[in-house]
Amino acid sequence: MPGDVTLRAVDLSKRYGEVVALDGVSLEARAGECLALIGESGSGKTTLLRCFNRMTDPDSGRVLVDGAEVGSLDPIALRRRIGYVPQEGGLLPHWSIGRNVSLVPWLRRMTDRAERGARALVLVGLDPAAFAGRKPRELSGGQRQRAAVARALAADPDVILLDEPFGALDAITRADLQETFLRLRTELRFTALLVTHDLHEAMHLADRIVVMRAGRVEQTGTPDDLRRAAATDYVRHLLERARVAS
Amino acid sequence: MLAAAVLAGCVPALAQERAGSRPVIVASKPFGESYLLAEMFAQLLEGRGFRVDRRPGLGATEIAFRAMQGGVIDVYPEYTGTGLLAILHRPPQSDPRAVYAIVSREFRGRWGVHWLPPLGFQNTYAIAVRRETAERERLATLSDLARASGHLRAGLTPDFIGRPDGLPGLAKAYGLGFRSVQALGPAVKYQALAAGTVDVIDGYSTDGLIAKFDLVVLRDDRRFFPPYEAAALVGPGLIRDEPGAVVALTELSGRLGEEQMRRLNRRVEVDGEPVSRVAASALAALGLVGASARPPVAAPSGGQGLGAYLWARHEDILRLTGRHLLLVGVSLGAAILVAVPVGLALERMRRGAETVIRGAGVLQTVPSIALLAFMIPLIGIGVVPALVALFLYSLYPILRNTYTGVRDAAPEAVGAASALGMTPGQVLRYVRLPLAAPVIMAGIRTSAVINVGTATLAAFIGAGGLGDPIAAGLALSDTKMILSGALPAALLAMLVDTALGICERMVSA
Repeated sequence: MPGDVTLRAVDLSKRYGEVVALDGVSLEARAGECLALIGESGSGKTTLLRCFNRMTDPDSGRVLVDGAEVGSLDPIALRRRIGYVPQEGGLLPHWSIGRNVSLVPWLRRMTDRAERGARALVLVGLDPAAFAGRKPRELSGGQRQRAAVARALAADPDVILLDEPFGALDAITRADLQETFLRLRTELRFTALLVTHDLHEAMHLADRIVVMRAGRVEQTGTPDDLRRAAATDYVRHLLERARVAS
Repeated sequence: MLAAAVLAGCVPALAQERAGSRPVIVASKPFGESYLLAEMFAQLLEGRGFRVDRRPGLGATEIAFRAMQGGVIDVYPEYTGTGLLAILHRPPQSDPRAVYAIVSREFRGRWGVHWLPPLGFQNTYAIAVRRETAERERLATLSDLARASGHLRAGLTPDFIGRPDGLPGLAKAYGLGFRSVQALGPAVKYQALAAGTVDVIDGYSTDGLIAKFDLVVLRDDRRFFPPYEAAALVGPGLIRDEPGAVVALTELSGRLGEEQMRRLNRRVEVDGEPVSRVAASALAALGLVGASARPPVAAPSGGQGLGAYLWARHEDILRLTGRHLLLVGVSLGAAILVAVPVGLALERMRRGAETVIRGAGVLQTVPSIALLAFMIPLIGIGVVPALVALFLYSLYPILRNTYTGVRDAAPEAVGAASALGMTPGQVLRYVRLPLAAPVIMAGIRTSAVINVGTATLAAFIGAGGLGDPIAAGLALSDTKMILSGALPAALLAMLVDTALGICERMVSA
């Protein structure tokens, strides 16, 4: 399944004043792969994610999307071709769901933006006839998060960045959305970078897992690699705590 | 730019037109006798064929004299003692002729301002008590008062409390020490004394209200108060442009006695006769001008009920309300056009934003009457300075609410919108601004209500509006006249707030 390298970070460093967010981080994700970034808060996983759509620029190192240095790209154009799902959904509260999910097609001046929005809603399991006209506050938390995923998919991006997308949901709703995500991956074959603090979620959804701690990568590997051979005490401890060690 | 266009469109309509030979601008300070003397000046000049622009109740000494220095008014009645102490800051003197000689020499030398020969009466400070207090404490002189002052409460005008020839000097000269000293406006001190809220007040020796409330004026046995001879104070512009008017004004010199003045003041302050009629009859009695009364700015209420009085004046009130609304609308509109874009710009810069907003906040803390006084030497009196002052007062709430409303608008929505590729401009236009709209509208409503209230003070610099009857009513102790301005102003504030509330619902829908 893995094809060419779609996302690549080489030796990224980033500090905010005294705080080191990234300390020489490298990773790569192949086309169609889902890579989970896992770690505690403050481990640098969100900062790393944000380097790929230039919401953050690293102090040093290289970030490449489809082989192009993102530093040389227009950040606005870059963001419009990368899907993004934040934790709280980030739907615009004063816009209807239909308008929200058509946001990126609209920004890209696509003529079929309404159809694209409706198609994306169908993909995530929301009936456009019932939901397109509603405001975000009229939806449940799970429905809002589905709409946020639909918004990220509406312009058919090759890459999707997800920042703890299911973290704020209750267990049952989260499981439903995780299944939807797996289905969408097989149907659409996008490349995904998924930030999470939940090892179960990472193992369930991702092809490979990048364990981060204090701005550095502790280990990168498939769920099986991690289970079989934890590279450091920290990773072992993480696995034990989550009771997924073999 | 739009703000400038709005201002340019409205100001000419508001400003007094000046064509042909220039009118003589006659002003007064805001109390009955000053109104009356100014009206006598005005009618005398009109009787001699001059055009007159009246600015009754312009402001206390500082404001009135500053307006004269700035050349915005030509003549107003002033008192030699005030000139000596409050304007020249010289030590007090007790000889009237020496005082007149000093002020006329100094004013001419320093500012080209002329004291015409005195009108013939003195209006010095009078310390008054209720008759029963005088009898109980056996008070006849200020020395007696000093003896009893330890258990008496004084209610004095802020002016009197502050000036060297007022309370500080008096306390030193007589060894006075009141149990308490409360600052009371000229309009309420007589009522406060009559009601027993205070025991001692300062008044003027020619006040008509002294007779009305049957008060006892204590004799200045140590001759502390300097002479306050009334005279017309004339600015250099009038002497240059219309010397004939100055000659006409001297016809009143030496013609008004103290007893006569007290009678005239009583007719205005106690009996509620229109100032214009009292002035006309006084001039007629002096054989100076045939009886000719102009319609008064604010008619005294006499014995009518409030409802009847308001009804009888409803056309005037409507006209003043329209003027008021125009002042509020223009200044508020300009403030919106400035503060909303500036608030948005500050949000984009952030650094230094708080400093700018606090600066606007400091403006808000300047007392309105002081701000108006500062305006006089810069832009004179009338509509323009009033608009500028109201504009400045309206900035802060709009600026603050625009800035914080936009800054704090749904951060996760703002973050997602830019992460999905909205430009900063699009984030502002499609996300921040619509989400901040209710907060911005709330700021505009706050400014509007403050503005309607503050605009009543515009009357003190001759801008008109509902403050006119309030200022005149305060000066003449006429409650109904005050209410004829205050009630419509309060009503207007509520209406404006309600109307903007409806706008707000439409904006956020």
